[in-house]
Amino acid sequence: MSQATATTTRRGKQLREQLRRYIPAAIVFVLALLVWEMVVTVFRIETFLLPKPSRIAAVFVQEAPIAFRASLFTMRNAVGGFLIGSVLGMLVALATARWTVISEGMMPLAIAINATPIVALAPIMNQWFGVLDPLSKMSIVAVMVFFPVMINMVRGLTLVEGNTLELMRSYAASEIEILSKVRLPNALPFLFGAFKISSTLSIIGAIVSEYFGGLGPQDALGAYISQQASDFHFTQAWVAIIVACLAGILFYGLILLVERLVMPWHVSLRATEY
Amino acid sequence: MSNASVISISNVSKIYNPGQDSRVAALEDINLEIHGGEFISLIGPSGCGKSTLLRLIGDLIAPSVGTLLVNGKPAPQARRDRDYGMVFQQATLYDWRSVSKNVQLPLEVMGYSRAKRETRTAEMLKLVQLEEFGKHYPWQLSGGMQQRVAIARALAFEPSILLMDEPFGALDEMTRERMQMEVLRIWGATKTTVVFVTHSIPEAVFLSTRVVVMSARPGRLTRIIDVDLPQPRGFETREQPRFFEKITEVREALRREEVRGGATS
Repeated sequence: MSQATATTTRRGKQLREQLRRYIPAAIVFVLALLVWEMVVTVFRIETFLLPKPSRIAAVFVQEAPIAFRASLFTMRNAVGGFLIGSVLGMLVALATARWTVISEGMMPLAIAINATPIVALAPIMNQWFGVLDPLSKMSIVAVMVFFPVMINMVRGLTLVEGNTLELMRSYAASEIEILSKVRLPNALPFLFGAFKISSTLSIIGAIVSEYFGGLGPQDALGAYISQQASDFHFTQAWVAIIVACLAGILFYGLILLVERLVMPWHVSLRATEY
Repeated sequence: MSNASVISISNVSKIYNPGQDSRVAALEDINLEIHGGEFISLIGPSGCGKSTLLRLIGDLIAPSVGTLLVNGKPAPQARRDRDYGMVFQQATLYDWRSVSKNVQLPLEVMGYSRAKRETRTAEMLKLVQLEEFGKHYPWQLSGGMQQRVAIARALAFEPSILLMDEPFGALDEMTRERMQMEVLRIWGATKTTVVFVTHSIPEAVFLSTRVVVMSARPGRLTRIIDVDLPQPRGFETREQPRFFEKITEVREALRREEVRGGATS
């Protein structure tokens, strides 16, 4: 009984401490908004250059339903492309780590793909898959996600401590067992590092590709931004930026959650107490 | 010690990068018979090839010349038959596995049933006195505890030979002495043949039935010293005059090599 109360008070204390950690960030955020509002007012900056936060907030309330609906399509494009790019990246990484010949053959191509300006690629993908096919957007995202996932996975598969491999050798373990029991678990932290980078990258990729999509403003965030900007509705564009940020944070948070579930043992996730 | 020869090393040499400028003669013409149930320490200056010799016995590397028979079989066959348990200076535990899952790993590879795995793991954790830590993760344990898990893992599949490469080298002196007692107790309980690499003279004398003294460049066996201290050994062993005599004997054997090496080079 007394132990139970002790646990609850400890949990309460932990919660308070966690909240306290967010206080500085919250203060900085509010201060930044205040400064922004003041600078725009004092220097009389035109709305099309930089609207006041209060004005953005007002438009946000009014535009939110459309912007959030558009963000659903953007999320679909981002997540779809993320999955395609990640799966391809992981498969190529597996092949690369197993057969060095593939590594030597694939690397220049992978680097070339990574160096491709996606802005140039977007209209081409629209031609390939058709503007209305979500694949034309997902493929752009996939191209962006492929490289970080592949590179990190290869590192995770190959950067295994020598003694660990010697141990597996002393057990007379097969290549498959070494892969499943050592290399893949070893690659997980690297892979999640890549997923985290890719989650926000894929939102950016989706929006850029939608920008060239030529769809109606309700269909996706990129198209919405492009439409509003061409109509000189810059405050609406700012609303879209905020929604895009929120989508990125949501996706990132989702990856963090999965990471916590998949590898609670990792250094970065260890509780200080246990 | 009248047991049959378990490890038989004849005319073994190991040359790294043969035919190149970076060629290194790590070991030259090694001959050594190790009998069942012995505790052998390999000691010598760094670069004398003691770790190389251990790796040759365990078939982690192949000899350039010579033959290595383990339990009457060539070393690669002995490895495939899982005759070796290995412990390194670093515990090399798998971060993503709990303590008991770490001990189970070799058993999984070797296809033990789940029930067998669990009973073996419980036995092993009891042997190294970590029964209560099965659910902990490696990072939650001290260095000495991690090394005990590594020993439990190495012994889980009942290998006839335990190969240990400076297993206590990274531990502080007090933990080290406790671990030495532990390993002697385990050795007494399991009747395993142990080959132990160390650069600590007292450690070699305290643990071993025989100490193999090696010299560097090229690595050679220079002397084999019988340590006839009574078994089982304990804290009082370290206080016996005979213990100090043996330490002196090993030290002088090592120093003679140093002097000889200094004179020739």
